[in-house]
Amino acid sequence: MALGDLSSSSSTSELHVLAVDDSIVDRKVIERLLRISACKVTTVESGTRALQYLGLDGDKGSSGLKDLKVNLIVTDYSMPGLTGYELLKKIKESSAFREIPVVIMSSENIQPRIEQCMTEGAEDFLLKPVKLADVKRLKELIMRGGEAEQEKTSNLISPKRILQNNIFFFIIFFIITITIIFIV
Amino acid sequence: MDTLVAQLQRQFRDYTISLYHQGFLDDQFTELKKLQDECSPDFVAEVVSLFFEDCEKLIGNMARALDQTGNVDFSLVGSSVHQLKGSSSSVGAKRVKGLCVTFKECCDSQSFEGCVRCLQQVDIEYKSLKAKLQDLFNLEQQIVQAGGRIPQVDI
Repeated sequence: MALGDLSSSSSTSELHVLAVDDSIVDRKVIERLLRISACKVTTVESGTRALQYLGLDGDKGSSGLKDLKVNLIVTDYSMPGLTGYELLKKIKESSAFREIPVVIMSSENIQPRIEQCMTEGAEDFLLKPVKLADVKRLKELIMRGGEAEQEKTSNLISPKRILQNNIFFFIIFFIITITIIFIV
Repeated sequence: MDTLVAQLQRQFRDYTISLYHQGFLDDQFTELKKLQDECSPDFVAEVVSLFFEDCEKLIGNMARALDQTGNVDFSLVGSSVHQLKGSSSSVGAKRVKGLCVTFKECCDSQSFEGCVRCLQQVDIEYKSLKAKLQDLFNLEQQIVQAGGRIPQVDI
């Protein structure tokens, strides 16, 4: 495998999504929806498990569990134990994970619930049953956000590069000038 | 004279359409079919199988809760009904989902007779759907075994 291949896989546009849902049927469906949309998927059955996976459950030993950076969290709202809203809050309170977009799914179209989640920082609110079009639109939204991030950092790098290139030319020019002076 | 494949394909098409028209399935089932391909050729059958297992488990929970004569926890029944409504919605099991809506109302109004009636209906309904989908999957298998392709059915 050439070095070129390695570098292209690190800048790959594949998202790693953590999907949280207590329903085994819904987990199967969301997993397939995400896989067919070219995402890597990890599914967990509760908010507590999600926090464990991220290493946010206070157990220092579990922080090494995840092997891949999570780019997006999709969670059901109504779950026993920790609800999707409570999970959202915990994620937004954490300095390590607050930048990860969180999307809430619910079978109930309750406006105050939606507003509550959006106010707490949810990226989007999907009404169940989730369809392929919903996931495609979501992926585009997240990718556009990611591309904007990449553009920002590449804009920061190029002026530095330009400066470095300029210093190189100045040095060459200086050497040539000195050489000419000696010759003359 | 129709070939065996053509006959089976027509049967499959007609049966699928009837399931939709009679309200057994809705367009979420169509959405699930979109997720099936050569990489995941049994996806729909797998999801549907999980759904029927879920039905059995949840209906068992509801029956046990309703069996506590004089001390029925309607919120417990209601929470199982909510879960069943969710999973039936996710697979396109339209009639089961509809019954869950009524069932939830009975739980909310704490009507014991209403709940018992709904439980019986939901039990009958999911088993009926299970048998029909099994017939549909069998038809698919027969088509494939006869060397044909499963037709795309536009509802």
